Amino acid sequence: MIFTLKIWRQKNASDNGGLVTYKVDDISPDSSFFEMLDSLNQQLIARGEDPVAFDHDCREGICGTCSLYINGRPHGPLKGTTTCQLHMRSFRNGETIFVEPWRCGAFPVVKDLIVDRSAFDRIIQAGGYVSVNSGGIPDANTLPVPKPAADAAFDAAACIGCGACVASCPNASAMLFVAAKVSHLALLPQGRVEAERRVQNMVATMDSLGFGGCSNTYACEAECPKEITIANIARMNREFLAAKLFAEKEKQVSFSL
Amino acid sequence: MALAGLFLVVFLLVHLGINLMLLVDDGGHSFSVAANFMATNPVIRIMEVVLFGGFLLHMVFGVLVSIRNRFSRPVRYQHRSATETSPFSRYMFHSGIIVFIFLVLHFIDFYCIKIGLVAPPEGIDRHDFYHRTIVLFSDKGYAGIYLACFLFLGIHLNHAFQAAFQTIGLNHNKYVETIKTASTLYAIVVAGGFMVIPVWFMFFR
Repeated sequence: MIFTLKIWRQKNASDNGGLVTYKVDDISPDSSFFEMLDSLNQQLIARGEDPVAFDHDCREGICGTCSLYINGRPHGPLKGTTTCQLHMRSFRNGETIFVEPWRCGAFPVVKDLIVDRSAFDRIIQAGGYVSVNSGGIPDANTLPVPKPAADAAFDAAACIGCGACVASCPNASAMLFVAAKVSHLALLPQGRVEAERRVQNMVATMDSLGFGGCSNTYACEAECPKEITIANIARMNREFLAAKLFAEKEKQVSFSL
Repeated sequence: MALAGLFLVVFLLVHLGINLMLLVDDGGHSFSVAANFMATNPVIRIMEVVLFGGFLLHMVFGVLVSIRNRFSRPVRYQHRSATETSPFSRYMFHSGIIVFIFLVLHFIDFYCIKIGLVAPPEGIDRHDFYHRTIVLFSDKGYAGIYLACFLFLGIHLNHAFQAAFQTIGLNHNKYVETIKTASTLYAIVVAGGFMVIPVWFMFFR
């Protein structure tokens, strides 16, 4: 197969960048999108040019490292798929393919197609954990978890933090990501303990990092490679409202000598 | 914004109920009784202030959120978004602006006349909304603008109603589809209900 690629090239964070056109041919329909880019990079290296920088790691659709905004959609045209699991048979022979980095003020471009997604790490640091020592393995059923709650928590925990929700949202909002993390922990007894503090801190951090607000277009749900649903956003909104209205104040102990 | 919006959703139903009395063929008697009740009942007078507050909150939050959202993506994509989303949801700010323009016209035509800021047309008392409406709708241009504005209000409401429930956290697979259907029905009933009135005056009176 042959393709015309229009790829965003940007030397570094301060460079303006722009789309550069490349032609690739002799691409197998069964090669992955990254293998096609690898093939382009081999050509560029052979010509002494700078290869296209893009994020990738497991190439199995589970690590959340890959990104790429392909023809107006995060992770390309297939539903419920990461870029690494996208194959060239999903495109027409001779097609022009636009490849751009995620666009969001909180995700600055590092180089070419690589963006800095550490804003998500800041949000996780604000509460995406449980503060307990792991200790030994507890006996089965010492901590009962209703099956529907376990299922919903597991569905939310499937979020790989790739940022496709932010990339697709017309407002560059991170609500689906934060909602998945909040839901995953709030649905389980271990996470319930810190649920009120967690939702408030994570939402405050999300807002402070410059992500947009949710206007319920549901683009995030349509593009999430793990098909996380917006029911999680509603759950986070309920958690947030309840925490703002009913959370017990933490006692402040002051010592004086 | 969602709570203010839901309050406005209820207000629109009340307003529509009163406006539909214009269609009762009794020379405007039923409509005038209802309008008079709204103008004199002390509870309604207090609710009018709350209503202004609701509109103001909804609009101010709408503008602030839209500005913030605009700045959250300083560099835009080169390729147009190909994500499948409802066009109603993408253009809420735009449809909101059209509804706002209508609201300004509506204020000049009715509220400002009622409180005496604008002089009523010749021969019509400033409290006589029935004849004022007939005069306005006899102008085909005005009726056309009115119909177009309510079409956009319907588009706004179709998304707004169900989105407000999502925002306050009421999304559950047991009733989410019911809310979505109710949202579309509500938009059709409210926008359609208001639109019937000028059509009635233009073609059946």
